[in-house]
Amino acid sequence: MATTESAPGKMASWLADATGGVTDAPIGFGRMKRKEDARFIRGKGNYLDDVRLPGMLHGAILRSPYAHARIVSIDTSKALAHPKVAAVVIAKDLETLGLAWMPTLSYDTQAVLAGDKVRFHLQEVAFVIALDAYSAQDALELIEVEYDVLPAIVNARKALDPNAPLIRDDKVGQTDNLASPTWEAGDKAATDRVFAEADTIVTRDIIDPRVHPAPMETCGMIADMNPQTGQLDIYNGNQAPHLHRTVYAQVAGLPEHNIRIMCNDIGGGFGNKVPVYPGYVCAIAGSIVAGAPVKWIEDRAENLASTGFARDYIMHSQMCAKNGKITGLRIDAIADHGAFDATAQPTKFPAGFFHIVTGSYDLEAAHCTVTAVYTNKAPGGVAYRCSFRITEAVYLVERMVEALAWEMDVDPIELRMRSFIRPEQFPYETATGWTYDSGDYHKTMKVAMEIADYEGLRREQQERLADGEIMGIGIAFFTEGVGAGPRKHMDLLGLAMNDGADIRVHPSGKAVVSISAQTQGQGHETTFAQIVAEELGISPNDITVRHGDTDKTPYGFGTYGSRSTPVSGGAVAVVSRKVRDKARLIAARMLETRPEDLAWEKGRWYVRGDVSKGAAIEDIAAYAYSGSPMPEGLEGDLDAQAVYDPPNLTYPYGAYISVVDIDPGTGHVHLRRFIAVDDCGVRINPLVVDGQIHGGLAEGVGQALMQVVSFDEQGNCMNASFMDYLLPTALECPDFELGETVTPCPHHPIGAKGVGESPCVGSPPCITNAVVDGLRVWTNGRVRHMDMPCNPARTWAAMQGNAAPPQ
Amino acid sequence: MQVSMSINGEPFSYDVEPRMLLVHYIREMAELHGTHWGCDTSNCGICVVLMDGVPIKSCTTLAAQAEGHEITTVEGLEKDGVLDPIQQGFHEMHALQCGFCTPGTMVTGRWLIDKHPDPTNMTDYEIREAISGGLCRCTGYVNIVKAIRWAAAYEAAAATGGN
Repeated sequence: MATTESAPGKMASWLADATGGVTDAPIGFGRMKRKEDARFIRGKGNYLDDVRLPGMLHGAILRSPYAHARIVSIDTSKALAHPKVAAVVIAKDLETLGLAWMPTLSYDTQAVLAGDKVRFHLQEVAFVIALDAYSAQDALELIEVEYDVLPAIVNARKALDPNAPLIRDDKVGQTDNLASPTWEAGDKAATDRVFAEADTIVTRDIIDPRVHPAPMETCGMIADMNPQTGQLDIYNGNQAPHLHRTVYAQVAGLPEHNIRIMCNDIGGGFGNKVPVYPGYVCAIAGSIVAGAPVKWIEDRAENLASTGFARDYIMHSQMCAKNGKITGLRIDAIADHGAFDATAQPTKFPAGFFHIVTGSYDLEAAHCTVTAVYTNKAPGGVAYRCSFRITEAVYLVERMVEALAWEMDVDPIELRMRSFIRPEQFPYETATGWTYDSGDYHKTMKVAMEIADYEGLRREQQERLADGEIMGIGIAFFTEGVGAGPRKHMDLLGLAMNDGADIRVHPSGKAVVSISAQTQGQGHETTFAQIVAEELGISPNDITVRHGDTDKTPYGFGTYGSRSTPVSGGAVAVVSRKVRDKARLIAARMLETRPEDLAWEKGRWYVRGDVSKGAAIEDIAAYAYSGSPMPEGLEGDLDAQAVYDPPNLTYPYGAYISVVDIDPGTGHVHLRRFIAVDDCGVRINPLVVDGQIHGGLAEGVGQALMQVVSFDEQGNCMNASFMDYLLPTALECPDFELGETVTPCPHHPIGAKGVGESPCVGSPPCITNAVVDGLRVWTNGRVRHMDMPCNPARTWAAMQGNAAPPQ
Repeated sequence: MQVSMSINGEPFSYDVEPRMLLVHYIREMAELHGTHWGCDTSNCGICVVLMDGVPIKSCTTLAAQAEGHEITTVEGLEKDGVLDPIQQGFHEMHALQCGFCTPGTMVTGRWLIDKHPDPTNMTDYEIREAISGGLCRCTGYVNIVKAIRWAAAYEAAAATGGN
């Protein structure tokens, strides 16, 4: 940032060092301040609502006040008479365009605008297009809809009742509320045998409640269909622009090459910006109907009540032990998908990666079933800062280990230590079929214990108890499978989950790398430049990372499930190595030697045995574009392309310990300490890694203590604003204490595993375990379970032995 | 109605609907897009600007209520091509990720340092309490606290000649 140089620069660097700050850009991996900050700290980001197109109109959506109702009639005449309204679109208009229903990422269909009936509170019913946003809102109130209200079902267990009202009567042959056949993993017979031989069995009904990712920027789109050329330009903050383009081509029947998606800056995603939403299709249809660009941006209530929720798993769970070690696990889960199964899942895994539920433990057998049901709730089922249902799985196994330990009267860390997969067992095939690549779980757990002073904490807990204070200590040890995924194992909508990358090295030796990952704050413009820098020796400051524009980037699957570094990062490393290989051939020509006689040091090929004789990457680039002769068969550039198909998922893991103080009078939980020791393999930029961990932990604090989307008996969404859907502020979050171990991923080009989601996966069970631990000690063992969120009302009720208020 | 105000020292005056919100006046009329919008209900703090030096939530303030007042947005922090220390601090300490909440949090930090009697000795609680009117989903707040401290230390050092 040139403008900062006029400030007292020496002092700035002194202060940075004094406060544990950052150093100058490394040529490769290491702590580096972010390149993208320059525009954000000046208020010059370019988010969706900042995009202005000539003649742009504004859309707004009329939503259903009922969770389940037949639509008798819709009268739009008064809205159309509004002087600033350009058009009103309802389901029958979409039918003529073939856009009334859209496919979901789980092979279901979802109504874009409800035509026959509404199936969840605040479902999309009509789309108004007006000259300005205020007028569009005014016109919504002029639309008259007559409803015939039906009984609503918001409880997944009740939805399974044979007498329950049928929600999806639009589906031919659908006679019940099952969203898909019950899915299972693991060996049931072997699991039953292990349980029959067990010393100890614990049983818990565990609910991972419905939550919403709630990025600070809501979802929206600007669609600009050019009627003359048939070109559809889309501005949209989504996490997978290439996948969205393919979906729009399928939905709208438009040629894929005539669709261009531009994701500029995105104000957070966390899984909420993976799916295609009805509002997006409405914006596209609106642009077709109105013949002008149409902007639609949802408000916060629309975001929380209608777009991608997460979790909503009800899990009947049993875990058993023999001879002091965990031996088996079995689960029957119900997945509440809402009115449409819009879950983002790889095809073969309708319950996502839930069957990674055996966690970090060497179990003899495990078995799980997942039954998917429809309810009158909003669709979604997104991977909220996790990899396809791994949060649910980790929450379950870590709650169960805790319960089993206290049942056995063994310290919960001791039981984990006895049951961990041992380092020499890697690669390790789990009871449900995953092949973990690497790990040293005992070591990471010990690092966390040291930072926390675990023994000291247990002593303190007893001392405080004697003083009438409730202190709880929680532990979680998670293993995630991220970086979907290998094409031999998985696909999404029939498409391989791979990522492309291309590099263009210019004559000056500076480069542009284009990627298919899509940053929403992860810092790709810095860290992906660092990967190229590490591989080619070009300064990250001389590398531009291009992303977010489907016309300018190679095909790939985007950013979610911690797949940026594991997949797209792999692509960038591989394509960099292609450039390096080509540079070697050119350098041999320049140095009049054979390629095999050259050796590489960062940024330079040199003649073995004579380090002084070599060619730097910028010299090689200059040569490639000069008039000098190229080696036989090589074209005159220093560019390369690659598509990376990961051989396996990566398996980051971590040991977390938390300390809570619970007010005996109010049930308020104060999170006093949180220790997170993550092993995400090789760290590209520790500054960014730490930032990712801080953010993920805060989201876990929210889920454990505050966040929940609930419904009343009529199916009304009770948490459609930040007054009712509580997110953690700076006061609820402690100063997180981080540690690390580094076990490089053996199959990843740079040994990295991905980290963005680990903290959000590991922290909810860790904090919940701490709350239950505190209550267990306080009530002399009576309290053995709580479901999230551990808010004051629910925690206080648990303390009193009362039934918990509804989630 | 005609609504006039000063934004970042520049005069603005537009004929707007009486119901127009200040955040829309800033974004749509004055075309300063650095102030974002996040919730409608005064809970998230994304839209915070300073009115006469005090943080307010511009999504629940009518533009008419700002008539005649002095508004400072993120665009007003940088002076003569030199970043405000709060901006520099956010960069140094990696206090932003997606950047969407950053403008509101930075102007809040600016206000805190300006009004605190001893900014280099702020407690963690004081900083956290001051920014608790805003939500950030990316940073977990740890580095925001550090960034505000950095800015306070920088200014104190600059005031004593860099020593």
